Amino acid sequence: MPQSLELAIKTSSLTKQFGSQKAVSSIDLSVPKGSVFGFLGPNGSGKTTTIRMILGLAAASKGEIELLGHPIPKELEHALPKVGALVEGPAFYPYMSGRNNLIRIDSADRNSTASTRKKRVDAALERVGLTNAAKKKVHAYSLGMKQRLGLANALLKPREILILDEPTNGLDPQGTREVRNLIRSLAAEGITIFVSSHLLSEIEQLCSHLAVMTAGKIVAQGSLAELRNESQTRLVLKADRIDELVDLLKTQGLTKLSLKPDRVVVPVPSDFDVASLNQLLVKKKFMVSEIRLEQPSLEEYFVNLTGEGFEVVR
Amino acid sequence: MFAKSLSLSLMLSELRVMFTRRRTWAMLAAIALIPILLAVAVALTSDQLAPGEGPPFLDRVTQNGLFTGFTATLLALPLFLPLTMAVVAGDTIAGEASLGTLRYLLIAPVGRLRLLVVKYLGTIVFALAGTFTLMLAGGIIGAILFPIGPVTLLSGDQISLAESIGRMALVAVYTAISMSGLLAIGLFVSTLTTVPVGAMAATVVLAGVSQILDNLPQLSWLHEWLFTHYWLSFADLLRQPIELGSFASNSLLQLGYIAVFGALAYSRFTTKDILS
Repeated sequence: MPQSLELAIKTSSLTKQFGSQKAVSSIDLSVPKGSVFGFLGPNGSGKTTTIRMILGLAAASKGEIELLGHPIPKELEHALPKVGALVEGPAFYPYMSGRNNLIRIDSADRNSTASTRKKRVDAALERVGLTNAAKKKVHAYSLGMKQRLGLANALLKPREILILDEPTNGLDPQGTREVRNLIRSLAAEGITIFVSSHLLSEIEQLCSHLAVMTAGKIVAQGSLAELRNESQTRLVLKADRIDELVDLLKTQGLTKLSLKPDRVVVPVPSDFDVASLNQLLVKKKFMVSEIRLEQPSLEEYFVNLTGEGFEVVR
Repeated sequence: MFAKSLSLSLMLSELRVMFTRRRTWAMLAAIALIPILLAVAVALTSDQLAPGEGPPFLDRVTQNGLFTGFTATLLALPLFLPLTMAVVAGDTIAGEASLGTLRYLLIAPVGRLRLLVVKYLGTIVFALAGTFTLMLAGGIIGAILFPIGPVTLLSGDQISLAESIGRMALVAVYTAISMSGLLAIGLFVSTLTTVPVGAMAATVVLAGVSQILDNLPQLSWLHEWLFTHYWLSFADLLRQPIELGSFASNSLLQLGYIAVFGALAYSRFTTKDILS
C-alpha cells in the first residue's frame, strides 16, 4: 500500500505567500490515520493559514496537499464530506437558533441526506451538551456555547477526520476538560483528529503525534515518544570539591559539562548508567548531595523551538 | 443532474435564512409603505390637484384606486427599490464572509458555483417579493380610499377589473426583471469584499450613476445599454393592445448584464482565498 493512503493529511513543500511575506514556508506535514495530531505554534505562526489551505478555502502558492488520499483542491468535493472542521472559531447566523444554524449548514452539503437531517442535528447537539439551548438564538449564546455548536457542526455526519483549530479557545477550565474528553472519545472511535493550539498544556495529554510550527516553518514533527527522545537527557550533579569532580567526569568521557554555582549539568545519552557513576564518586570520597537524570519537559522543548514571550516574530 | 446540483433544499434554506431576518421584513414593510403614503397624501389633497400635476398617473389614482400600485412603482424606481435590492445583493457573499459562515458553507461543502447560483436566485425571489408587495399594498390601499372599477389605460381603452389585476402582476414581474441586472452587479461587487455595507453602497451608487448617464442627451448612444434604461418603460404594459416591445428589450438587456456580471462573479469567487 502506498504510504499516502495511510496518511490522513500529507503536504509537501506547502507554501503560502501573501505579498512578500511567506505565511507558510514549504512545510511537509504527515498526519497518520487514526492519530491525534497536535499542531502547535504561537499565534501568528501560520497554523490557521495551513488549515485553510488543507480545506481548500485558500489556494496554496506552491506545494501539494493530500487530504484522505484526495489531491486538494482537485478532489476537494470528494474529501470534504468526510471531514468535520472548526476553523478560526465558530461562526453562525446570530438571528437564527442553534438548531436552525446546524440545519442550514447541513442543507448546504449536497451529499447529506435530508431525511436524516433532524435526527443527526439533534444527535450532534446532544453530544456537545447543547440540547437545552437548541432553540435559543445564537446571539444569546456565550462564547463557550458557540464553540460547542461549532463542534456539533463538525459532528453532523460520521467523519474520517476532524480538523479542529483551537477548539478550546474561550472555554472555561471545565469546558476545556469536556472538549478534551469529547476528543478522546472520538479518537477512541478511530477518527483521526488534527487539533491546533498555541498551548502545549491544552493538548499534550491528548496527542499521539505533534508538529511544532513557528514563523511559517515546521521545526519539529513526530510521535510524542520520538519528540521526547529528541530532547537531550541531562545529568545533574551536586557534590563538594567541584574542581576534582570536573576532572573525574572528564575521565569518564563527560566533557561538555556546564558549571552552575552549586551543581554540574552534563548532557548524556538517555540510557546513562547513573548508579555506576554514583558508586565511583562514593569510592573517591566525594560528598554527593544530589545526582539524577533530567528529561526536559515537552513544554521546555517547545519554548526552546518557538521562543518565549509576547514579541510578534514577524 | 442540474436539479440535483442546484438542490432544492439549499434553495429553501437560503430563503429561510433571508426571511428569518428582521431586516428583510422591515424592507418589505417599507416598500409597502410607499403606496400607502402616496394614497393617503392624494386622498387628503385630491381636491387641490389639477389634472396632470405631479408625477405621471398621479391624477388617475383618485379616479381608480388600482392606479396606486403603478404610481408607487414609478416613485420607488429611481431610488428606493434599487436601494433595497442593493442591500440584499450586496449582502449575498460579503455578508456570509463577514459573519464567517461562508467558510463553514464552503467546507460543508456547498460548492462555490452552486452557492453563487443559489444566492443569486435568492435575490431574485426578494425582488419579486418586493415588487409584488408594492403592487399588492397599492391595490389594497387604493381599493380602500378610492373607487375601483374597470381601468382606463394610457391609450384610452378600458379593461376589466380582472384584466387590470393581471396587468398589475405583469408590471410587478417587469419591475423584478428590471432589477435582475442590478442584482447581478450587486452579487459581483459582493464577491469583492468582506464588508457587506461597502458592497451595498457601491451597488446603489452604480444604480444612481446609470440613471444619471441615462439622462445626459450627449450620451444617447449609450442609453440603450444602461441597465436602468427600460426601468420606467413598464408604462408600455398599460396600453391596449399591450405593447411588449420594451418588455422584450428589457429582458434581453438584463440577461446580458446577468451573463457579464454573473461570469465576473464566478471567476472572482471561485478563485478567491476565503480568509475571513
